[in-house]
Amino acid sequence: MAIIRDMIPAFELFQPTTVEDALALMAEHGEGGWVLAGGLDSYDWFKDRIKRPEAVIDLGGIDELKGISDGQDGLEIGAMTTLTEIVRHERVRSEYILLADAAEHVATPQIRNQGTLGGNISQDTRCWYYRSGWACYRAGGNTCYAAAPQAMNREHAIMGTSRCVAVSPSDTAPALVALDAKMIVRGRRSSNVYDAEDFFIGPATDITRMTVLEPGDLLTQIDIPGEWANAHFYYEKVRDRGSWDFQLVSVAAAFKTSGNTIDEARIVVNGVAPFPVRLDAVERLVTGVTADEALATEAGEIAIQGSRPLKYNEYKEPMTSNLVRRAVRSVA
Amino acid sequence: MGRWLDFESNPWGQEVLQGVSLDLMYLAIGLAVLFVVGHLVWYRSRGFSEHEEAADVQGSVAGLPERIVRHTLPSRIFHWTMAASMLVLLITAFVPLLGLEFAWVTIHWIAGAVLILTIIYHVIHSIVWQDFWSMMSMGAKDFREGMSHFRHLLSSKSPEPEKPGKYPFDHRMYHQGIVVASLAAIVTGVLMTLRIKTPFWEPNAHYPLVDQAVSGLNELGDPAITVLPGAATGLVFVIHGIAGVSLILMVVAHIYFAIRPDKRWFTWAMVRGWIDREHYLAHFDPGKWSVGDGTIQESPPGGAIADSAVSAPRVDD
Repeated sequence: MAIIRDMIPAFELFQPTTVEDALALMAEHGEGGWVLAGGLDSYDWFKDRIKRPEAVIDLGGIDELKGISDGQDGLEIGAMTTLTEIVRHERVRSEYILLADAAEHVATPQIRNQGTLGGNISQDTRCWYYRSGWACYRAGGNTCYAAAPQAMNREHAIMGTSRCVAVSPSDTAPALVALDAKMIVRGRRSSNVYDAEDFFIGPATDITRMTVLEPGDLLTQIDIPGEWANAHFYYEKVRDRGSWDFQLVSVAAAFKTSGNTIDEARIVVNGVAPFPVRLDAVERLVTGVTADEALATEAGEIAIQGSRPLKYNEYKEPMTSNLVRRAVRSVA
Repeated sequence: MGRWLDFESNPWGQEVLQGVSLDLMYLAIGLAVLFVVGHLVWYRSRGFSEHEEAADVQGSVAGLPERIVRHTLPSRIFHWTMAASMLVLLITAFVPLLGLEFAWVTIHWIAGAVLILTIIYHVIHSIVWQDFWSMMSMGAKDFREGMSHFRHLLSSKSPEPEKPGKYPFDHRMYHQGIVVASLAAIVTGVLMTLRIKTPFWEPNAHYPLVDQAVSGLNELGDPAITVLPGAATGLVFVIHGIAGVSLILMVVAHIYFAIRPDKRWFTWAMVRGWIDREHYLAHFDPGKWSVGDGTIQESPPGGAIADSAVSAPRVDD
């Protein structure tokens, strides 16, 4: 019998206009509450009836979470700033084109008009076993259905797994890690600042979450430090459909260079692990070295050391390797 | 009243057993705290001394050395290695559930592997070099001795109980409890480890290695029969969870008694290997735990003959 999913189950809707009110509502409803940003991930969950929050807290009316402003050092981007605003922002385009590139690769123009930076980096994984309602580890169960030998796991992880093999779906996440962005997270009683690299957590740490955000926590702002402004950037995303799709593999890289010599680098790949993976070994390899084809090739080989593909995603190894090779080669 | 078992719905709305619920862990922690506090209050209300009482050294000391070997070096190394691995296992299992998050899975299974190796060593060592059955077997006489000791604890009017042999009844009961809980945790833990990534095998939601070990392979190269279906996973998790929370209780009780002033000489024996002659005469029956000519025996090559040499064969009725 077909499951009829023509209506979203009822929930109580709250539309606060201040962060304090939102935090109070989140505290009041705890795990029964759901924070809504652009709604592009959330409404999928609701329509499929996999998530049934009792209260939805819509952040759309909180102006202080919107917009891009000059900070003391770099840029301050409100978590509810739309991806289109980021793509079009003059200073982002001139100094941090890596972020604009990544944001522009998200889905379609309509989705970018509605989707927010905070929502894009906080969205849940697309593993279809998980999203179809299987009681997998990530859903609080005791099995990873995607890791079974007979599972369909073409889009899943090749590294950084621990029981769960789902990947981070965010396009902007690797760019923010490469830019050494700082995530401002507010709770009812305290605020915390996380490096973007630490904001995303793997299943080894908590198998039910993809970020450090716990119930009651609200990502309010993303700070892009000036340190990497106007660096040499490289972003590339490979997907099945060029027009609109999640990444299979993507790379975001920032290089400080002197001519063809790489003085400093931050290289991040996504779509290969449950979190954006910073390639420390590759960064060490290329730092202080003149970029050429040989270095790029070696960087590509090192990038996939330790990876363990599943039955149907072995292709991600050469894909990752090639993307990293191209990123390093872009400096040459 | 909490929910002790955890169920999740599958896409067809069926409830599938997942394991024990967090409430069971909180219950175990609560009971452990209650036990420690209750015992402290009861002990003081009964007027027992918090500190070790003067040893009753009646009886001959002729031929007895000042130091009586209780645990040989291999036994002590085993004990402390096992204790360390057990603590790591409990910390990595339960602390993340209490909110302190860290990457615990790899540490957990490595500590489990260490525990398995120490237990294998302990079993072989006990059977070959020690008096294995004096610790493992429990007869009616042992239970009578235990009850007599228990009655004396509850009521000072109750007659003084007989002194025990090397391992008092409560020590042996604790040992048996640890054996059952540890074995349950280990067997289910190994099955759970088959489902995660280790250097030794590819993870699998089912148990083909178990099926293959029991039934062999068919002509297609698959296990001939499914011995342990994936549906058994919930039960495996439940047994592992119950064993885990039982171990919380037992380990807390063990540590509590190990650090109590009146019991600390037992702990020191596990550190230094010996007890003094006064404790020996005060707390043990030389007829049940004979120390022979009383010479402190050095550990011979390979182990702990001293342990068996000082243990008289147990006589049951």
